[in-house]
Amino acid sequence: MQFGIFTVGDVTTDPTTGRTPSESERIKAMVTIAQKAEEVGLDVFATGEHHNPPFVPSSPTTMLGYIAARTERLILSTSTTLITTNDPVKIAEDYAMLQHLADGRVDLMMGRGNTGPVYPWFGQDIRDGIALAVENYALLRRLWREDVVDWEGKFRTPLQSFTSTPRPLDGVPPFVWHGSIRSPEIAEQAAYYGDGFFANHIFWPKEHFVRLINLYRRRFEHYGHGAADQAIVGLGGQVFMRRNSQDALREFRPYFDNAPVYGHGPSLEEFTEQTPLTVGSPQEVIDKTLKFREYFGDYQRQLFLMDHAGLPLKTVLEQLDLLGEEVVPVLRKELDALRPAHVPEAPTHASLKAAADLDTARQADAEEMVR
Amino acid sequence: MSSRKLAVVSAGLRVPSSTRLLADQLAAATLRVLREQGVEASSDVIELRDHAHDLTNNLLTGFPSATLRGAIDTVVEADGLIVVSPIFNASYSGLFKTFFDVLDAGSLAGKPVLMGATGGTARHSLALEHALRPMFAYLRSIVAPTAVFAASEDWGTDGGDGSALRERIDRAAHELARLIGDRHPDSPLDPFDAPTPFEQLLAAR
Repeated sequence: MQFGIFTVGDVTTDPTTGRTPSESERIKAMVTIAQKAEEVGLDVFATGEHHNPPFVPSSPTTMLGYIAARTERLILSTSTTLITTNDPVKIAEDYAMLQHLADGRVDLMMGRGNTGPVYPWFGQDIRDGIALAVENYALLRRLWREDVVDWEGKFRTPLQSFTSTPRPLDGVPPFVWHGSIRSPEIAEQAAYYGDGFFANHIFWPKEHFVRLINLYRRRFEHYGHGAADQAIVGLGGQVFMRRNSQDALREFRPYFDNAPVYGHGPSLEEFTEQTPLTVGSPQEVIDKTLKFREYFGDYQRQLFLMDHAGLPLKTVLEQLDLLGEEVVPVLRKELDALRPAHVPEAPTHASLKAAADLDTARQADAEEMVR
Repeated sequence: MSSRKLAVVSAGLRVPSSTRLLADQLAAATLRVLREQGVEASSDVIELRDHAHDLTNNLLTGFPSATLRGAIDTVVEADGLIVVSPIFNASYSGLFKTFFDVLDAGSLAGKPVLMGATGGTARHSLALEHALRPMFAYLRSIVAPTAVFAASEDWGTDGGDGSALRERIDRAAHELARLIGDRHPDSPLDPFDAPTPFEQLLAAR
């Protein structure tokens, strides 16, 4: 089971002080947060990709490359990479490059993006969202898996005898998750390829996501990648902790009340009841997170949103201490104990490489037998 | 024939509310007509006032609370819908519109709808035709030709006996009952149960 954090990289005024960090401060804070994630024993750091203020992370591989140089074990990922408006050729190249620099500690989460105006900025049309995700990803897969690609599609100029460079590290493309909060088509896409499916369920009630994840699991099995309970599922989470619940509620409330996504809407109490948000003690976070498994089945990756809504860096780092020291070790132990042996871990570069080597060895054996 | 369900959406704000009064009379008339035709039917009333905060929260968060979810399900699953709004500033009230704004796309397609509205004077009555009817046309509902407007004078304050209003209610109720009778509820494909196969998505590009 992998645990980590994902960030949207918002520059938000701290409602308790009225102070707004500069872009530079925020970008450096994201790096500090990623390093802290490794230090406290988390497995994954994922950054969003945004092309509009108040968000700073427009260039994920620049940031992840820098973090790669400053970390040893941390898996670097995205939440999400815009498969709709990025050129799949550039994605193939950027992330293969990152794989080499990070010694394979790289995977990606594909997303369509939720900001309508982004599409025309990159020459696309939001009404083609699903079609773009389908075509661009089909090309991306080929660019990583075939040395020379001839290709023609609807959304980008054709390719003739094109080789995306560098080639993926060890000939093993990064593992891909598909993120979706709404679209059955994306669950279907993830299932078709046997890729991971990440449901960022933090802003909505679970009922909807149970249907979405069950669809993915059912179709994963349908497409022959394994049993439904062996499909690779990732989930979001959102927490704010203090040792004492009342302190957590008091401190987080102004951030909640003014947060960009849900601020000025339901009360903190209503929202924590209706969504995965937990504001309270580490034990409360453990209890609520363990419930995810009951709703969605055994899963492989849990990412928490920890650094948004104007929370100061110092507070976020304290949160990561609590997460890494008190929450994740317990969750890891409990969830590992509950997981049946046939349910796999999330693929990593090492496991994918081992599987590829095994395939090659088997093929060689088969050829040997034929001779 | 199995029992039919009517959902009655009232956007009245006060108690007692003339909007609710009209909604109740439309519902009672429709149930009476259905029963006369041998159709068993029942009705559920949704007072939007009770959901006002949840509706705003739904706009902001993108999901309904459990209580609002129940109201939405009642409306979406009904065989026929009676909707009544007070007329504010020459149109439906904001609360009325918000309820229909948070429904999933397509959820009222093919749904028989009877529209009603209330206002201080009959001069507001065409708001039904220029505001409510286009909205339900957009939602692809099947709207009864007669929409019922009740002004203060219709409730008898003008020395009238209310028979003109009763007549309109009766006509509208017959129209809605007929639409409900004609309806063959189709169960639309649930995209979570029957997704478009991926080969098809790939081929469509």
